[in-house]
Amino acid sequence: MTVTEQGLLERDKDTMTLNMGPQHPSTHGVFRVVLEMDGEIVLSAVPDIGYLHTGIEKSSENKRYVHVIPMTDRLDYLNPPGNNLAFCLTTEKLLQVEIPGRAQYIRVIMCELTRIASHLLWLGTHALDIGAMTVFLYAWREREMILDLNEMISGVRMMTSFIRIGGVAKDATPEWIQGTRKFIDYFPEKIDEYESLLTKNPIWMDRTQGVGVFSREQAIDWSFSGPCLRASGVDFDFRKKRPYSGYENFRFEVPVGKNGDIYDRYRCRIQEMRESREILKQALDNLPDDGYKIADNKISLPPRKTLKTSMEALIHHFKLVSEGIKVPAGETYVPTEGPRGEVGFYIVSDGSNIPYRVKLRAPSFMAIPGMCHMMNGHFIADVVGIIGSVDIVMGEVDR
Amino acid sequence: MTDKTDLIDAVKGKFADQILDQHNFRGDQTVTVKKDALIPLCLFLRDDPALAFDFLMDLTAVDYYKKNPVRYEVVYHFYSTKYNTRFRVKIPVSEDDCILETVCELWKTANWFEREIWDMYGIRFKGHPNLKRILMYEGFKGHPLRKDYPINKRQPLIGPLN
Repeated sequence: MTVTEQGLLERDKDTMTLNMGPQHPSTHGVFRVVLEMDGEIVLSAVPDIGYLHTGIEKSSENKRYVHVIPMTDRLDYLNPPGNNLAFCLTTEKLLQVEIPGRAQYIRVIMCELTRIASHLLWLGTHALDIGAMTVFLYAWREREMILDLNEMISGVRMMTSFIRIGGVAKDATPEWIQGTRKFIDYFPEKIDEYESLLTKNPIWMDRTQGVGVFSREQAIDWSFSGPCLRASGVDFDFRKKRPYSGYENFRFEVPVGKNGDIYDRYRCRIQEMRESREILKQALDNLPDDGYKIADNKISLPPRKTLKTSMEALIHHFKLVSEGIKVPAGETYVPTEGPRGEVGFYIVSDGSNIPYRVKLRAPSFMAIPGMCHMMNGHFIADVVGIIGSVDIVMGEVDR
Repeated sequence: MTDKTDLIDAVKGKFADQILDQHNFRGDQTVTVKKDALIPLCLFLRDDPALAFDFLMDLTAVDYYKKNPVRYEVVYHFYSTKYNTRFRVKIPVSEDDCILETVCELWKTANWFEREIWDMYGIRFKGHPNLKRILMYEGFKGHPLRKDYPINKRQPLIGPLN
């Protein structure tokens, strides 16, 4: 402190710089934020990313289209089928192929199950950050069931790589359909259980209402998407606005918030889980029976048993495995609705079997600058709540 | 999938002599415009009530090394929440004059997109408030998404930076 000419005490630069992360349990991955504090109040928050950079975009430009799919799982590692879907839809748009209804429905079922799993993970960790330990254990319990369902259909719990160009990897088995039915019958009362722990809980409301408020204009300016944007009152969901993969066949609501605070984001996501369950129910009830991949053997592999009897099938098999799919030259982009917002790949093809440019539009990457802007003027204890409420995944931020 | 060109026509009406190329491949309406037209075009797209592109959805670059006479192309993806429409604008940027006006003032989100392009492609943005590397570390040599940057090149970061 210094004494000014008027004889007043003035605090000059009496702020503290606090480093949060990259190894901090509440930053949900290797994310670092440098906070400038005045006592308990955050004056500015400067994010620092790149710790998880693996050069997936560069690798994609040197791999065949089919080989990119397993890498897309590792981008947003809580939404692997959603990323597979975004990549496959864009490639299919370049190829101009129609996917059979059954394949589309299986895709939707996998994506909606994963959306629930992703929201459960978010709910558990976010509540744990704010101090509600029980929800974490409950949410994990149900998430485990979804991972078991993933394992049942694809053999893998998380990085399923199940959605392929031209369909899905395998047909849905009756056991898996049965298991999914069981899960959706069991799930609604569990959502009520989480809500009974949080929605009217005075501590939870105190910590979340009016904290981290983002207006409609701010949310659009900072390119928020997904539940964060909807919580700010923008009715924006690509499953409704520009349906893909058969979403136009399902009836569901898009929950929209009012205040744009942490509490509204929580309400939106909880409601979204219920709507996902509705979509799952309709998809299972109306599952078509027209094949799980397209018949065009220039894009999807011929059935294994035909290889020994059909010369043409053998040639197609050999060409697909040794050369891969040739995609017509051009550029395109397909927006899809992931659990965190708009996921889309911008693919530039030069007509060969290797994409010329692959760019992921990662919703978490876009959310971070806005999230840090949101922290200004808040208590340090709220920083953790704000990071949790935006639900970032560093895998897709750093790529 | 439609063959609509209404957005391209709207832009053409105002920027006819600035448009280098246009297409609606697979229904994505796209224009390629000259570098100088970037800011007026962005303002037009954002503020014209008949277009109202309030969202800058994506901003990236493509390196056409030894493919196109003008090496880079910066690609803007716009979205309008009002009309639920999408539009793509591409700006060619040559290797010798690797600089472009920033759109940070128009959409706050452009800040990080432009930093990423600088980091990955080495294209500068005039007037950007904080044009630093974002994913790579300070002191990294080269721009990794350029086509002439070898995929197997390694630059290990040894020891902490100050």
